[in-house]
Amino acid sequence: MSEPVRKTWSPASEEYQSILGGLRESVGACMQCGTCTASCPNWHAMDVTPRAMWRMIQFGMLDEILESRTFWMCSSCYMCTLRCPRGLKLTSAMAALKRLARVDGSAAARRNSAFYEAFMDDVEAHGRVQETSMMQRYFLKRKSPTVPLAFLPLGMKMLSKGKVHLPSRGQGGVLKPLFAKAREMEGL
Amino acid sequence: MKYAYYPGCSLTESAREFDISTRAVMERLGAELTEIPDWTCCGASAAEPVSELMNYVLPARNLAIVEQEMDGIDVLAPCAACYLNLYKVNREVVGDRHLHARLNEVLAASGLTYGGNVRVRHLIDVLKNDVGAKIVEQKVTDSLKGMKIAPYYGCQILRPYPVFDDPGKPVSMEPFITAMGGEVFRWSMSNRCCGASLMVAHPEVAVKSVAAILADAEGADAIVTVCPLCQMNLEAYQDKAVKAGGKAVPVLYLTQLMGLALGLDQKAMQLDKNLTLTPSVRQDIKTRAWAVPEPETDAETAGMNG
Ligand code: SF4
Ligand code: SF4
Repeated sequence: MSEPVRKTWSPASEEYQSILGGLRESVGACMQCGTCTASCPNWHAMDVTPRAMWRMIQFGMLDEILESRTFWMCSSCYMCTLRCPRGLKLTSAMAALKRLARVDGSAAARRNSAFYEAFMDDVEAHGRVQETSMMQRYFLKRKSPTVPLAFLPLGMKMLSKGKVHLPSRGQGGVLKPLFAKAREMEGL
Repeated sequence: MKYAYYPGCSLTESAREFDISTRAVMERLGAELTEIPDWTCCGASAAEPVSELMNYVLPARNLAIVEQEMDGIDVLAPCAACYLNLYKVNREVVGDRHLHARLNEVLAASGLTYGGNVRVRHLIDVLKNDVGAKIVEQKVTDSLKGMKIAPYYGCQILRPYPVFDDPGKPVSMEPFITAMGGEVFRWSMSNRCCGASLMVAHPEVAVKSVAAILADAEGADAIVTVCPLCQMNLEAYQDKAVKAGGKAVPVLYLTQLMGLALGLDQKAMQLDKNLTLTPSVRQDIKTRAWAVPEPETDAETAGMNG
């Protein structure tokens, strides 16, 4: 396993380890029945089934976990969480995997977390999400001209329906102290 | 019936028709909504993949304001994601001493603290348990007689916490559809996920879900939603979903349709804002086109006459 190697270069190894530790605890009771996989509306787009992912976490197969696209395909629908006979918080586990991959910081993770980051940056800046400025942030993070182009027809449709609003100051930086404090406490 | 109203970001942006129709309908039904002063974003489903703490802090800040400035009255949230985020603070943080202390440590940076005494309610919960379909029935002036309406619940209002309905087979909207004079369209996709924010980063995956939902709604005159993200996904990507096997079906907010039944006009309910409500669909709604019986076929007519 390359885990010790990663530890030496990972810029946030502590956070990295704490997320993995928490994950192991949260799916430790999984009995591999497969109900979660069978319940998932997005399983067809996943390379590792949710059931197998929990097994990989139990075994600490960090590299294989980080290479998978499974957790990026989770739409937070909570069907697996609702149905798991062990009562495991699987949707939260998928979110924790997304956090783990963000700390790892691969190109795929940067691409896949761009939307969540753009959303949160906008919340931090304005207190409320403003769709136009959030999407601008998202396009900047994706650094690809084809991404905004793909949204152009929808943008035009929404514009014609009066659904597009110019960004305002919103609530200003009212959330900034909270973000700063949470960052300090989470060591992110 | 007094509520601390939490519109949430979408309802101040692309889903204003949901905000406007909710306020108007609730007023007609005798509920008093007071917007939470200086409310901020709940984090939707974007906070948890970024920060575990902010995932609780963002919704909790709003509950703290209600607790401190609004006598801790019930919070009413129309959006599914807002509702779940606000609700889960009470379920997952309150009672967990360690996490609750951490949450308040963050909130203290803004001079706030949350004790855990505010009830969080979804719009449907309030309609079902505080208002009741009877009141709606009594106030209906423009019956939707004959309209086949498919109630779409989506995911987060009943999952993972089934507070006011059965998440496997939700029925809480049905009495309201009947009260408006409409017919409940039976289908199996009413609680299927619409793909949520996957539509932005991986549209090819989410469009499949939307196509499956729309295909199942074939034969309905309209789908009604209670979530701005469901509404957006079912409407804005309908062209693509139809190409992937879905059927074109008009999509409205439950409150918009309820407003119409309660005598408010299309303009007041902002029907022009819905992406699937073309002028001809709006004309159908206006003339109650579905109430006209299907024209009989020649053979049947001949048989009846003879
Ligand atoms: S449903 Fe629960 S117990 Fe069954 S495989 Fe999935 S996580 Fe494990
Ligand atoms: S919460 Fe995620 S993993 Fe679970 S069923 Fe829904 S999409 Fe699949």
